[in-house]
Amino acid sequence: MLKTLERSTSDLAGDTRSRPVHLSIRNLTKRYGTFTALKSVSLDVYAGELICFLGPSGCGKTTLLRAVAGLDMQDEGRIEMGGKDVSHLPPSARDFGIVFQSYALFPNLTVAANVGYGLVNRRMPRAKIRERVDELLALVGLPDQGSKYPGQLSGGQQQRVALARALATSPSLLLLDEPLSALDARVRVRLRDEIKSLQRRLGVTTILVTHDQEEALAMADRIVVMNHGVIEQVGTPEEVYSRPATPFVADFIGTMNFIEAEIAGPEHVRIGNLAFRCANVGGRPSGTRVKLGLRPEEIRVRGVESETENKLTVRVAMLDYLGAFCRATLEIDNAPELSLAADFSANAVRDLKITEGQPLTIVLPPECLRVFPRGEVV
Amino acid sequence: MTTAAVAAAAPARQLSREDWVMRIGISLLCLFLIVTIAMPLALLLIKSFQRDGEFVGLANYVTYFSTPTLVASVWNSLFIAITATVITVPLAFAYAYALTRTCLPFKGVFMAIAMLPIFAPSLLPAISFIYIFGNQGFLKELLLGASVYGPIGILMAMVFYCFPFAVLILVTALSMADGRLYEAAAALGTSNWRVFWTVTVPGVKYGLVSACFLVFTLAITDFGIAKVIGGQFNVLATDAYKQVVGQQDFEMGAVVGFVLLVPAVLAFIVDRMIQKKQVALLSARAVPLEPKPSRGRDISYFVYCCVIGGLIVAIIGVAVWASFVTYWPYNLSLSLRNYNFSEFDQSGWDTYFNSLKMAALAAALGTTIVFVGAYLVEKGQGFVFGRSLAHMLAMLPMAVPGLVLGLAYVFFFNAPWNPLNVLYGTLLVLAVNTIAHFYTAAHITAVTALKQIDNEFESVSASLKVPFWRTFRRVTVPICMPAILNIAVYMFVNAMTTVSAVIFLYGPYTKLASVSIVHMDEAGFTAGAAGMATLIVLTAIGVKLLHFALDWLVFGKLQAWRKR
Repeated sequence: MLKTLERSTSDLAGDTRSRPVHLSIRNLTKRYGTFTALKSVSLDVYAGELICFLGPSGCGKTTLLRAVAGLDMQDEGRIEMGGKDVSHLPPSARDFGIVFQSYALFPNLTVAANVGYGLVNRRMPRAKIRERVDELLALVGLPDQGSKYPGQLSGGQQQRVALARALATSPSLLLLDEPLSALDARVRVRLRDEIKSLQRRLGVTTILVTHDQEEALAMADRIVVMNHGVIEQVGTPEEVYSRPATPFVADFIGTMNFIEAEIAGPEHVRIGNLAFRCANVGGRPSGTRVKLGLRPEEIRVRGVESETENKLTVRVAMLDYLGAFCRATLEIDNAPELSLAADFSANAVRDLKITEGQPLTIVLPPECLRVFPRGEVV
Repeated sequence: MTTAAVAAAAPARQLSREDWVMRIGISLLCLFLIVTIAMPLALLLIKSFQRDGEFVGLANYVTYFSTPTLVASVWNSLFIAITATVITVPLAFAYAYALTRTCLPFKGVFMAIAMLPIFAPSLLPAISFIYIFGNQGFLKELLLGASVYGPIGILMAMVFYCFPFAVLILVTALSMADGRLYEAAAALGTSNWRVFWTVTVPGVKYGLVSACFLVFTLAITDFGIAKVIGGQFNVLATDAYKQVVGQQDFEMGAVVGFVLLVPAVLAFIVDRMIQKKQVALLSARAVPLEPKPSRGRDISYFVYCCVIGGLIVAIIGVAVWASFVTYWPYNLSLSLRNYNFSEFDQSGWDTYFNSLKMAALAAALGTTIVFVGAYLVEKGQGFVFGRSLAHMLAMLPMAVPGLVLGLAYVFFFNAPWNPLNVLYGTLLVLAVNTIAHFYTAAHITAVTALKQIDNEFESVSASLKVPFWRTFRRVTVPICMPAILNIAVYMFVNAMTTVSAVIFLYGPYTKLASVSIVHMDEAGFTAGAAGMATLIVLTAIGVKLLHFALDWLVFGKLQAWRKR
């Protein structure tokens, strides 16, 4: 029965960017009084991909989603869905299904009536509707729950019903507005895996709005990082994590040490009076003031030998035990303003006998030192 | 169209059929409120500047303020309203405090008793006090020679009439307490007296202010009490009645109406301004306050509530009893003689059935208009102008005394140029007047209920291509059923008991029961008036009991989804 819902998965393999564009957003601007929620945002969403709008609250991600749905009109710009201009169409004339953070399930209707709500309007025979509802409930893992009322279900179950209801009319676009943030941590992790595999199976183009970077990294084919109404970076989870385009992205996704430095040559930077090799100078002239970005887990302590480059002797100022690893705060004796966060595995801490107050030789790997222009406020 | 033109045009969403339906609905609502509230009031204002159809500027007002007997009424009204407020609010506060902050037994019973006066026309306590302290009253001596016909009688009846409204507001205010504040105060070793002044009173000050303004407004605008027991003591409301019905001086009636409107509107505006300052005292983390038993306190409050509750029951009881007494005070045997209304008022029992029909019409029509209207205002998309206008118009009647609205209707629905004047004197115009008169409280009830519903329901139905009216019928109405029943009962009960607005509006075949009470009392048939008042109380209470039964059915049987 599920075959009717599933699309061919063979064409879903590989980079989603090779697929046709399903949703195209051009120069979208939205103002609320003097506050600009979206500043000329442009984005292409490819067919069948799961794309995450990620950013802190007030960054414009929900505004962008609601503009796509037609729930909040943009002031300027153009939205095309499946090649058709929908910029000025009311929500009821656009093709999408939506799931809200609040679920928005109708409390006085049974689960089955909720799921079938959009089907009843389509002059579908009753038996057909029931068949389709059963199929959807099975799909979201809630068979035999159709006669219950939403109030009798747990939060996670209610969210699945909301998902089934949104999928019932087979929309070409699925919009998920912070669908998991009202759930507790365990259910959240389980449901995010389920949504992801369901989305892969159905191949429905999906936009997920979230402020949770972990959720975005785990679920998305591509992540759109937003801040102050603009898109900071669009890329695969791997791209935005390892090659953040801006200090904001670097800081918002994961943790990043920022070190003030100066370009000292085609492959060298200077931090204070110490010189380091850096693989990412990228033609910046010597003397340019820059900011170096380094993730805590990229700081190396093992296998340090006398000829290893980019060595640095630091003192362990603080060591926080965080279960699987330890977060160390490292300070340099002759540069007290420089303080680095480093993650060491529990193994490394034990093997190297790292304790608070102890001196330690670390390595800043040249290929990991990202270079950002100075002056950008994070 | 060129691209430049597209860019220059204001970005507007294409309107779907649903948008049109919504906009037309809101426009109709605005039209209804303009015709039933704004236009009559505007006409009243115009009338007050006219004499025999000619514009005379402030001449009528000059005449009014240079007539000593009329100006005296202004002071009389203010005196009554302020004194009634000073007496009622402390009494109600202690009662509400007992219901919320002590371990009083039978709280439900005491609350129900406090609400009883709502089900009676304000004429009823006045009639009762005539039986108790009047010329042939059985406790006349207690007044030590003072006459009950005048300020004393008005005040006593007024306190009875205003008491439940003050209790309602204060119970709500007092039940919103954060238990943590009291625990903190106790942990700091604060005396009870200081806790009362530093925690309790600041927590309910907005409720207290609201209660004061409400009682003030009720007292200054009430017509029935002063009419029945006021004697020679004139107040604004009775003046307006005398000018219009007695002297047929409509222009002067309009002036009195406007003079009456001023304090009511001022009280309304000041109250709104103060309430705006109120910030939510209860955060989501507040802990409800659970009163702990305290023998001395609980017993004293129990005694207090028994006395007040007993008085309320007794006052209603006197009117009921008197209505069955064959011939007061000479033949105290009981009979149904006084219920033969046609002996006292030629319309007889018809007035009662007229009231029933009018109340049913007002409840059915009013509930539909109010709820659908509130839905469109609250859940509509776009069309901000129409929605704000409708909301503003819906809030207006709160500030307009019934008597003023009634007068305004006389001018508007009686005007020869008005095509709606065919409605004058019909039950429909009486029902519409009642709906307009009580619109605000009903509208607020509906909006409050709708605000508790997830705003995304409409978005979800749009995404599922289900028109909003289908979701309204299948989801919104069932969810709001308790509020809808509340509005219907509120409309019905008020339509049964109100007298001030409708006294100008009835026609030869549409006289109402409450108006008949006034007429029977005017003609000296107090017992008949007591009988009709009794009938109204019993009907109103009966409808309320029916409401409880329906609620039980709706919650318990038909809406299984409400159970967890």
